Amino acid sequence: MRYITYLAIGIFFGIIMFKSEAASWFRIYEMFQFGSFHMYGIMGSAVVIGIIGVQVIKQRNIKPIDGDKMNLEPKDKGVTRYLFGGILFGLGWALAGVCPGPMYVLAGAGYVSVLIVIVGALIGAFLYGLLKPKMPH
Amino acid sequence: MNIIYEPWPWYIGGPLIALVMFLLLFAGRKFGMSSNLRTACAAMGAGKVADYFNYDWKSKRWNLMVVLGAIIGGFIASHFMGNSAVAINPKVAQQLAEDYQITSAGESYLPPEIFSVEALGDPFIIAVLLVGGILVGFGARYGGGCTSGHGVSGLSNLQIPSLIAVIGFFIGGLIMVHLLYPLIFA
Repeated sequence: MRYITYLAIGIFFGIIMFKSEAASWFRIYEMFQFGSFHMYGIMGSAVVIGIIGVQVIKQRNIKPIDGDKMNLEPKDKGVTRYLFGGILFGLGWALAGVCPGPMYVLAGAGYVSVLIVIVGALIGAFLYGLLKPKMPH
Repeated sequence: MNIIYEPWPWYIGGPLIALVMFLLLFAGRKFGMSSNLRTACAAMGAGKVADYFNYDWKSKRWNLMVVLGAIIGGFIASHFMGNSAVAINPKVAQQLAEDYQITSAGESYLPPEIFSVEALGDPFIIAVLLVGGILVGFGARYGGGCTSGHGVSGLSNLQIPSLIAVIGFFIGGLIMVHLLYPLIFA
């Protein structure tokens, strides 16, 4: 039953990604050309509402439906992994024009080519797992 | 504005993404679309060769359900929710046509020059998609998150590591589009 909830949230997310055009290669390219406010507006408004909501959750100590506390642990400290991992991610994001949420949405929309991006992402995650002990973090 | 059939403006899309994050938080989980890559690798047996995949991935099966949902959501939106042509800034569209012969802005959702089945006849296009995917997967796991996990969840929780990662996303993206595209796609 809980899995149906996650499935429903995923469907909702997929529709939002597609209809807001956040899954479009053109919008990603346009963002990196500073050609429109669209993507900045999506990210910015999500974050502003997110910050307000997270503050309310913390101050009122709101709990999840059947758990003890919200999944809001602080991230591990560090700079190297976030900066270099982030840059590699950004290079791929702009090269394929796809990031990890939209790639599934686009596969569902029928873009067969995106399956290659997904396979690549799985290979990339696997390579990271192999190389993790040797990478600076 | 017809909310079903017209493209959604940013002030609809952004708040709804925040809503998805809150729904997952209230379900006791968190919003981040790249942790499923680790879960999928672990489920396929990658734990045999790398410790990174030796963890209780079965407790993370929920994020594979979110993935399945995202696939279904993409199908529903593209098939039943109207025209999916994306109209970007005309100046950017013109520049794409002049510099890279990508002339489909305003007519399609993704450029068929890269994403059509016919384009897969070109090994160069396959390499672009594959290398792009590898960088996304590797970078997301090395950096500990992607546009959703750091860009939305992490920034919403005022996490400095997420701010560093998001700055990294933009450095990488700007390098790719402004410095490497002319070399790769010229």
